[in-house]
Amino acid sequence: MPGLEDLYKEIILDHYRNPRNQGELPVPPAVMEEGFNPLCGDEVKVYVLTDSDVIKDIRIAGQGCSISQASASMMAESVLNKTLEEAKNLIKKFKKMMSVHESNLDSSEISEDANENSLGDLQALKGVVKYPVRIKCATLGWNTFDQIIDPKE
Amino acid sequence: MSEPIFEHQKIKGDFPLLEREVNGKPIVYLDSAATSQKPIEVINRMTDYYKEINANVHRGAYHIAELATSEMEETRAKVFRFINASSEKEIIFTKNATEAINLVAYTWARSQLKEGDVILLSSLEHHSNIVPWQQLSSERNIEIRWIPIKQDGQLDLENIDELLDGVKLLCVSAVSNALGTINPVKQLTNAAHKVGAICLVDACQSVPHFETDVSELGADFLAFSGHKMCGPTGVGVLWGRLELLEKMPPFLGGGEMILNVTSEGFTANEVPWKFEAGTPPIAEIIGLGTAVSYLEKIGMEAIREHEQNLTSYALDLLTERFGNDLTIHGPKAAADRSGVISFSYRDIHPHDISQVLDQYGVCVRAGHHCCKPLMTLLGLNATARASLYIYNDESDINSLADAINEAGKIFT
Repeated sequence: MPGLEDLYKEIILDHYRNPRNQGELPVPPAVMEEGFNPLCGDEVKVYVLTDSDVIKDIRIAGQGCSISQASASMMAESVLNKTLEEAKNLIKKFKKMMSVHESNLDSSEISEDANENSLGDLQALKGVVKYPVRIKCATLGWNTFDQIIDPKE
Repeated sequence: MSEPIFEHQKIKGDFPLLEREVNGKPIVYLDSAATSQKPIEVINRMTDYYKEINANVHRGAYHIAELATSEMEETRAKVFRFINASSEKEIIFTKNATEAINLVAYTWARSQLKEGDVILLSSLEHHSNIVPWQQLSSERNIEIRWIPIKQDGQLDLENIDELLDGVKLLCVSAVSNALGTINPVKQLTNAAHKVGAICLVDACQSVPHFETDVSELGADFLAFSGHKMCGPTGVGVLWGRLELLEKMPPFLGGGEMILNVTSEGFTANEVPWKFEAGTPPIAEIIGLGTAVSYLEKIGMEAIREHEQNLTSYALDLLTERFGNDLTIHGPKAAADRSGVISFSYRDIHPHDISQVLDQYGVCVRAGHHCCKPLMTLLGLNATARASLYIYNDESDINSLADAINEAGKIFT
């Protein structure tokens, strides 16, 4: 599949085939938020259970494309047992990486500055930026999670 | 008219965009249900309009203004013949089909419908033929009822008489944009008229592909867009029965739609200009006129025959090649459907399918096709949709199948 290697990296396909932290949590004590992608109809439900500012459990339910599923799965894995502050920080970094302003990049130019290095496996999703329509897929779970830990309204 | 001959290669050559490549592959355009490509005649006509006769219509008493006006009004005459309306006055230009439906919702419906009335919608409708009625429903407490569908995506008319009880307005698409189902419009309008209901037909997916006769369909209103029938974006058509149009209040207020304005008030213009406030999309309307002539030259019967044959070829090929791995949604037989082919392949998300297809130059749509209530009924989140038109041929279907196969290799 020439040309699609940046999008469908092996680690992304792995999370898509074997999503981590799938399922639901009883609400309450957990908090649930739903996210929609009006373009394609994808839906995600994020369940978060916290204990004194630490994310003790996180579950992902819903349906979506490989990018939205894998991204949510990778997110769940990386925020588990983190403090809310750490999670907020990670969201910020991830969204920065997904920002369209950095989209006119060739794969060879994809920067790996110190900030992004701390994203670990999540950096695999950087290739999505080259496919602007799919950025919404990659950020769906993150925006939904963000609503839970940092409600905007 | 002479016997239409379908010269496919010649037709494909009329569309400059189809000469381009995508990702180093010749483009295979299979998204005509979203918008069709434009023949060079339409593109040239619009350019010529701007180069030679650009002037505002119905205003200036000078040569080019008269030319612009007469060319624009000529399109009205062409469209009126194309759909077999009874009068040119029945043709209203809107910016798209959505605006055409909203025009009916804001003028006819808001002057005629009251609390407790019922609007009957088919379960196959596009959001543009759902949301305007939901807006009205929440404003006036009007009941919305749905005609169910059968497993194969055809409307279930078993209880149609019960469903029609108390109905004042029936809204149905002639052809489903999501499944390609050809709806029994005539049967529905007959039944609806027996209870005194008015019938609005969303003909976006039928006018570009089938011969259209509004009196044969038994419609009271018919809406369609220009850009799905080889015309430009920015222009749509509302056809309505003259006696209904004449009684309807105007839609938007402004220039063109008035006969007289004083400081105390205004007198509305005659139909159809009463509904065409402001400077219309003149170049687009003229382009639409050229598109109508282009389709007539090929012949609507020949177009349908070509698309049905090609649909049949596609259904057979996809079934043969992918067996149970690929599900085609909607009616099984090509005779019961348009050239819209909505499918699911294994459990690969349609978004991923279309992404891989794009790598091979194949353009298809992925998603809910603006039909979320239908998708919910079908238990689907999204489908991939290939939709055919006059410029497609068997090689396009072969490319589609090859690209689907490649998607299968990635998501095993």
